[in-house]
Amino acid sequence: MSTDSLVIAGKAYGSRLLVGTGKYKDFAQTRAAIDASGAEIITVAIRRTNIGQEPGQPSILEVLPPSQFTILPNTAGCYTADDAVRTLRLGRELLDGHALCKLEVLGDPQSLFPNMPETLKAAATLVKDGFQVMVYCSDDPIQARMLEDIGVVAVMPLASLIGSGMGILNPWNLKLIIEQSKVPVLVDAGVGTASDAAIAMELGCDGVLMNTAIAGAEDPVLMAGAMKKAVEAGRDAFRAGRMPKKFYAATPSSPVGGMIGPGTR
Amino acid sequence: MDIIVNGEPQELADVITIATLLEARGLTGKRVAVERNGEIVPKSRHAETAIASGDRIEIVVAVGGG
Repeated sequence: MSTDSLVIAGKAYGSRLLVGTGKYKDFAQTRAAIDASGAEIITVAIRRTNIGQEPGQPSILEVLPPSQFTILPNTAGCYTADDAVRTLRLGRELLDGHALCKLEVLGDPQSLFPNMPETLKAAATLVKDGFQVMVYCSDDPIQARMLEDIGVVAVMPLASLIGSGMGILNPWNLKLIIEQSKVPVLVDAGVGTASDAAIAMELGCDGVLMNTAIAGAEDPVLMAGAMKKAVEAGRDAFRAGRMPKKFYAATPSSPVGGMIGPGTR
Repeated sequence: MDIIVNGEPQELADVITIATLLEARGLTGKRVAVERNGEIVPKSRHAETAIASGDRIEIVVAVGGG
């Protein structure tokens, strides 16, 4: 593993790309896309046994076993703190006591924008209960700080609405959150294509979590590979420190002297 | 004895445990989590936890999600 690891709750990960496992054509495509993404942390949803699964079919955790991936149970679809806490307690039982989880409490079925008061309430309960909570949140630096004060292990602001693919709509808010945070900041939601992921990483995000950008591509496996490279490229560019932007290129890249012609007019 | 499993009413002829309910649904050995009346029933207690009339049981699994 490279020295530039993503450290979440004291555990180091080589990949800064986290992926969801929903919306794929079938389990074979899910597995192929996740392998191509290089992701080590993958999210799953918690649902009643008779929903979203045919009896006798393999379960997602047989296709993507916890022995090979860090499984992040999420609270997708929860609209109250109580439902989210209950869902994650079931998730923890399902995963033999595994404490790392993804909290999201939604506020609106149309936009899937987070309900931050309920999110903060759930985060406080979960942290107290021993969970390591990664939180989907609005790109509001004040609420991100409140979450950090509660003791979450990562804040995950949206870049734009879940499933929208609209990209990084407010880089300045993300930058404020990145600069103030001591816990990892991951963009969760809104990435549409590889350049969006690269921009998030160039801003200084510690990682990116996505699902639809890969699963919703015409060729999800190819897009998963593109996202892997974009996240790596964006991270390297951030670490390298980009050149300052200038309106004029006052210094050309090639030598000024030694021209065979008369040079500048 | 009437209970509710995953939101659906179910009638039981005998007194059973969580383990036998899972068995009847073909879920023995599967990675599931069970809640009885809002409280988690840990795997280690499935065999000894009897289901009472009026119980609300939730049985959940992991599914694909983002």
